[in-house]
Amino acid sequence: MEKKNIDRRQFLKCLGAGALAGTAVLGCKSESGTRTANATEGKMTYRTNPSTGDKVSLLGYGCMRWPLMASPEGNGEIIDQEGVNSLVDYALAHGVNYFDTAPPYCRGLSEKATGIALKRHPRDSYFIATKMSNQSFLGKGFSPKQMYDASVEMYRNSFVNLQTDYIDYYLLHIIGIGEGLPSLMERFVDSGLIDFLLEERRLGHIRNLGFSYHGDVKAFDYLLSRHDEIHWDFVQIQMNYVDWKHASGINHNAEYLYKELADRDIPVVVMEPLLGGRLAGLAEHLNLRLKEQRPEDSIAAWAFRFAGSFPKVLTVLSGMTYLEHLQDNLRTFSPLEPCSEEEFALLEDTALMMLQYPSVPCTACQYCMPCPYGIDIPGIFAHYNKCLNEGQITASSQDENYRKARRAFLIGYNRSIPGLRQANHCIACGQCVPHCPQNIKIPQQLQRIDHYVEQLKLSSGQ
Amino acid sequence: MLNYMDRKHKKSNPLALTRKILALIFFFGITLLFLDFTGALHAWLGWMAKIQFLPAVLALNLGVVLFLILLTLIFGRVYCSIICPLGVMQDLISHASSSRKGKKYRFGYSPERKWLRYGFLVLFIIALIAGIGPLAALLAPYSSFGRIVSNLFAPLYCWGNNLFAMIAERLNSYAFYETEVWLKSLPTFIVAVLSFVLIFVLAWRGGRSYCNTVCPVGTILGFISRFSLLKIRIDSGKCTSCKLCAKGCKASCIDINKHKIDYSRCVACMDCLGNCQHGAISYSLRKKAKAAAEKKDKAPDKSRRAFLGVSAAALASTTLRAQKKVDGGLAAIEDKIVPERNCPIVPAGAQSLKHLAQHCTACQLCVSACPNGVLRPSGKLERLMQPEASYEKGYCRPECTRCSEVCPTGAISRIGREEKSSIQIGHAVWVKENCLPLTEGVKCGNCARHCPVGAIRMVKADPAIDDSPRIPAVDTERCIGCGACENLCPARPLSAIYVEGHERHRFI
Repeated sequence: MEKKNIDRRQFLKCLGAGALAGTAVLGCKSESGTRTANATEGKMTYRTNPSTGDKVSLLGYGCMRWPLMASPEGNGEIIDQEGVNSLVDYALAHGVNYFDTAPPYCRGLSEKATGIALKRHPRDSYFIATKMSNQSFLGKGFSPKQMYDASVEMYRNSFVNLQTDYIDYYLLHIIGIGEGLPSLMERFVDSGLIDFLLEERRLGHIRNLGFSYHGDVKAFDYLLSRHDEIHWDFVQIQMNYVDWKHASGINHNAEYLYKELADRDIPVVVMEPLLGGRLAGLAEHLNLRLKEQRPEDSIAAWAFRFAGSFPKVLTVLSGMTYLEHLQDNLRTFSPLEPCSEEEFALLEDTALMMLQYPSVPCTACQYCMPCPYGIDIPGIFAHYNKCLNEGQITASSQDENYRKARRAFLIGYNRSIPGLRQANHCIACGQCVPHCPQNIKIPQQLQRIDHYVEQLKLSSGQ
Repeated sequence: MLNYMDRKHKKSNPLALTRKILALIFFFGITLLFLDFTGALHAWLGWMAKIQFLPAVLALNLGVVLFLILLTLIFGRVYCSIICPLGVMQDLISHASSSRKGKKYRFGYSPERKWLRYGFLVLFIIALIAGIGPLAALLAPYSSFGRIVSNLFAPLYCWGNNLFAMIAERLNSYAFYETEVWLKSLPTFIVAVLSFVLIFVLAWRGGRSYCNTVCPVGTILGFISRFSLLKIRIDSGKCTSCKLCAKGCKASCIDINKHKIDYSRCVACMDCLGNCQHGAISYSLRKKAKAAAEKKDKAPDKSRRAFLGVSAAALASTTLRAQKKVDGGLAAIEDKIVPERNCPIVPAGAQSLKHLAQHCTACQLCVSACPNGVLRPSGKLERLMQPEASYEKGYCRPECTRCSEVCPTGAISRIGREEKSSIQIGHAVWVKENCLPLTEGVKCGNCARHCPVGAIRMVKADPAIDDSPRIPAVDTERCIGCGACENLCPARPLSAIYVEGHERHRFI
């Protein structure tokens, strides 16, 4: 929801500027005529990968949130391929050259859609990143051989989907999930997949080998301990000004992760720089503080500048669904203006103040979905967090804006989540829990929100 | 009282104008009462439903009944012209019909259709005494009106609201919120359509012929209005027998040949006062009028149609609603179906099935007021159109007592919030075959988690095994039948726990 606000604002901004310059299509470009600070025509900042010499754009395209549309058969949603094509074209034209996808993204449709869009451009004008997402084979009682075969099949399939004969950046997906280290061993070590991937890198099918990490730090430490032998070309971590010192759940502080990687001179790919969009819009007073400092910057730009300010960062991934997101990010990264010491302090203070709000650390990655009982888990968390940010969560009916806040929360809840998909229908079966990379105790959080909704309803008419 | 003998022009007479203004206030007030799904207006307008004749009789609201009798004894049947929304609706239809070219003076005297009139009244009284609620509800004017508005106009109102809600959502405003429009009962809907068509045709062609032939309240008030203090009176000395008054009389009750008015049918609309070019008609006290015998002629009424008996065949209640779009990322959710209940559930405050059946006029006010999608008109013949509860869309929430607040007849008596949670309107029944921990082997307990009175505990399905699946055990002594468990049960289309109604509500 918060993102929507940004969209609208950006969109109106574009529209206004576009009208000023008398151009209708892609009016944002003309914005440079009226502004000097954040012109999109500036040069994209690039970072060099020390192992291959790749010049990677500091803004990377996350392909987890491609635009969707209703399928023509009327059974759910499919990827809006034309939308993807035009986003990819626009990104490439403005210097973005890193595209990060994975087999399960967008309900398994992302790789193919990304491949179609990229195939229309010269293969050497972009880098493709994809992942071995064999976490889905855990807990199925696979033997090491079965794990190996199923994973290799997934690997080969990525080449078909992406219509390529080499992958620039290949990752062991979501290391640290499940039971942490034992799950990592089961997936990659016992099955012998690490050796397979090293061989593929030697053959040139994989140009850079790395892993993405969430959760149990033992898994991270273990893989780094084998760096001398494996030589990781890059590592992908969750890094933003909240997770830097205040990671939630079992996630580890990004400060530690970054330092470990920097010490070994391993390039860092940043994921969740916006915490799933939550850093695109904060509580009103926090927004205002940032706006006072840089009135022309979006709130999201602060989070991107934070991530981009670290020299070992190779690229910062952003899952940009809308052109307006892309344009805003291009302004931020072309070129990137690193944060000053004062700004780092301000962001740290912002993070500290955010911790006072009991928001749910959901990044809307959709890994928990679909819930077999139809609950819209990320939707419920997004609504709750949004209301929290807007000061619409009130603890006591004595608060002066209680009635207003109650109305806004309940009406907004029904608007964004159909009744049957709301928290009170969660039966706490717990099937979602192992899928969550943020390690959110989903049933408990849903019950907490349901309890809050119940309190609001019970207090009606008082 | 004023005497308008001197009026020369057939402009709207001040009395007629007053009547029209008051009538419109009542009409829109009561209509809004049925349309407003937010419940905000009931505090202001609820009394308008409570002073309706039949609801007041059923509620044994002696004060109101006496007031209405007194009102009629003084002014004649102004109740029918002002307070009765169905009467005003007919006036509006008749007015539209009159505004066609050359149709303004389309009426004429027709004698009373006595047998039909008293036949309907006797039928009505028998139905009331015998407790055949649906039959009484078919004839009662206020019930017909409620049915028509809640079935035919409320959906339009809600769709209009939803349009605003959509716009409000785009503007990030919470001024409007969306409400679901669904067909609550097909038989009731059909009855509403038929009543509306019938009344529309009768009013379009014959003005007040429904009121003076079918309506039992009209007939009862007609007895009284014969003796009213103020009456429309014709000065035969001034009358030129131009018949303009009779031609403009929607009640067809002015017999100008004899210079007589059938006061049992005159609804004191005052239109004739303005129509008379010669000042021969007045609304005045008895003593000022010429002495005239009050005998009435009896001849067939001009209303040609007998009231259509509504087919009693109770069709299965179905819900008509748009299929919800299902996102690819969201599991499809099957709609719940209504379980077969041995005993219907009626809302807290109804006291017993019998009490509800005897007092309910099936006006649909509670059904349109229910914010949780629980109440709907019954499709069962013996309780046709009277409210009953079911929990597919929501459950009877502990903080809500809205149906008891709006009921004008006392069929659902007024209860407080605390009281509500201590009335057992039914009890939950567990259906082993549907229960998810047994059928799918998942942990659940959603019924126990949401029971507002803590009547459900999760127990081991097999006491001998430590990690046996947990199943709900209902404490029927504590269960109040609110349906939270049934509504929130994940088993679909039939819940694994459902509520059986109580014939007689109990207090704990």
